[in-house]
Amino acid sequence: MSLKKVHDDQPKDFKFSDENIKKAEEILKIYPQKNKKSAVMPFLYLAQRQNNNWVPLAAMKYIANYLSMPYISVYEIATFYTMYNLAPVGKHFVQVCTTTPCLIRGADKIVKLCKEKISPNENEVSQNGNCSWMEVECLGACVNAPMIQINDDYYEDLDEKSTIEILDSLIKNKPLKPKSFRGRKSTAPEKRLYDGDKHA
Amino acid sequence: METSMLKPEDKIFKNLYNQFGWEIDKAVERDDWKDTKSIISKGRDWIINEVKASELRGRGGAGFSTGLKWSFAPKEVGSRPHYLVINADESEPGTCKDRDILRFEPQKLIEGCLIAGYAVNAHVCYIYIRGEYLKEGQRLQEAINQAYEKNYLGKNACGSEWDFDIHIHYGAGAYICGEETALLESIEGNKGQPRLKPPFPALVGLYGCPTIVNNVETIAVVPTILRKGGKWFASIGKPKNTGTKIFCISGNVNSPCNVEEEMGIPLRELIEKHAGGVIGGWDNLQAVIPGGSSMPLLPKKICETITMDFDSLIENKSGLGTAGIVVINKQQDIVACMARIARFYKHESCGQCTPCREGAGWMWRILDRVEKRKATLSDIDLLSDVTKQIEGHTICAFGEGSAWPVQGLLRHFRKEIESRCREEPLIKKKINNPYLVDQHLLENKNA
Repeated sequence: MSLKKVHDDQPKDFKFSDENIKKAEEILKIYPQKNKKSAVMPFLYLAQRQNNNWVPLAAMKYIANYLSMPYISVYEIATFYTMYNLAPVGKHFVQVCTTTPCLIRGADKIVKLCKEKISPNENEVSQNGNCSWMEVECLGACVNAPMIQINDDYYEDLDEKSTIEILDSLIKNKPLKPKSFRGRKSTAPEKRLYDGDKHA
Repeated sequence: METSMLKPEDKIFKNLYNQFGWEIDKAVERDDWKDTKSIISKGRDWIINEVKASELRGRGGAGFSTGLKWSFAPKEVGSRPHYLVINADESEPGTCKDRDILRFEPQKLIEGCLIAGYAVNAHVCYIYIRGEYLKEGQRLQEAINQAYEKNYLGKNACGSEWDFDIHIHYGAGAYICGEETALLESIEGNKGQPRLKPPFPALVGLYGCPTIVNNVETIAVVPTILRKGGKWFASIGKPKNTGTKIFCISGNVNSPCNVEEEMGIPLRELIEKHAGGVIGGWDNLQAVIPGGSSMPLLPKKICETITMDFDSLIENKSGLGTAGIVVINKQQDIVACMARIARFYKHESCGQCTPCREGAGWMWRILDRVEKRKATLSDIDLLSDVTKQIEGHTICAFGEGSAWPVQGLLRHFRKEIESRCREEPLIKKKINNPYLVDQHLLENKNA
């Protein structure tokens, strides 16, 4: 169970943009008519995208209204699932996988670099407002460990050097493209046997 | 070393690394959607019997017979519709096989959905993808759209006279939603907390309707089984542990990779031939987690001879699980590795059952103390006791999943742990603990 703190400074109003209302109506079509509530998770994602990657309380109230469900049920969902951010995050939101398969290939070094480059604490937006970082549980790319997720993209097969390059590119607001930073093809074994000491 | 056990022509996922392209035209060249109509025209009983004959066991971790599961769905549709739900909430540490299927072999999954949907009388299928796999989900959606364009889905899907629709539902970072009933709760728009069973989802599942929940890999192999015959699949691997399996080999190996191999392949061969061997050589191996983080680790001695299939691993008090193999060499602190896994379970417990919610935190705190050499000898028995209190006392298998890895550590590395537990008991130190202790407040001190 994770504990998340709701942000102190909340916007008063929220409503879906016209474009998102269209998307919302499309989403509702995939669930049976009497089970509108199923749309609460996709709706929270829509709200999060519309609001700079975090969900304000006003959005939860709006969604509750939209789906005719109690506000507390929406609040429950938003706090239960870790991918809904309840406080602002950086424009480039770095999530470092630190679960065992990544840990034994050096995820702790990536965490250290995030502390140095972005901010000493997790979930704290960097001074120029560009980045924030947090540790997360297994992101499901274990054979490409260590790896980080920046917004929607996976950056795989990292080492200290490539992590520094990536983080610097974020700070300069010119993010590198996601890829395997050891130049391998998806999850295929590498032909040139890799010198195991070189990972992060 | 001898050549690969699995013949290239027996590989099911030929595009596992995207060597040939994922698009529908390329997939059709690889025989996807070949004879789908005639397979479906042979009828439900034939399909289910053929899957039973293949002895296919679910690839999501529990290893339950797929054909048998399908046969639990009511034969006739009553007042409630039937649903097919695909579990693509792949979050077990060490596992990343479904991701490659979603990205590179989506048509195998989609075709499998149609056939399975027909077999269990479902017109609608939901694929539940973990939220982090957004790009994979978008790729799958593109593949679904391509299948609709070719009329392989929708009304009269693939000329089978069966109407079939597939929808994607994204999770949002909860490991527990990989448990089938928690997954259904999540689709219904609730917190992902598992339901009491029975009733099983096959009778009362999504929206209270009969629902069959299958893993991505299980469904994706079905079309090939039906094209080549159940006997063909059953001829690969070992009796009751048949077919091919995607193994994910991660951790301290020279060349971590996903690879499709025959069930029952020796673990050592898998690591040395496909993953470039253990970093520092085989003798530098400390332990292997054979089936994703929930399965107890195996020390080097067992790794020498063990074969990778459901029953051999159960005999050795572990399990095949999702076949996510995490190799740990002697440079790693084994306690730190397992403490991190305990922290994972503490973070991911849904909080519904007390033994798991509280116990997962206990296990993590004790292992953390052992790692920092601040534990006492009595902590070891306490740890062992906590794992026993969790195991079997929770609604879902998460309890076992969190307790087993710790039990495995205690079973195989007790000496290592004992050598670290040299701290004086708290009482001797005369630390003044209040009568009522709130563990969470004291976490950093001495809880």
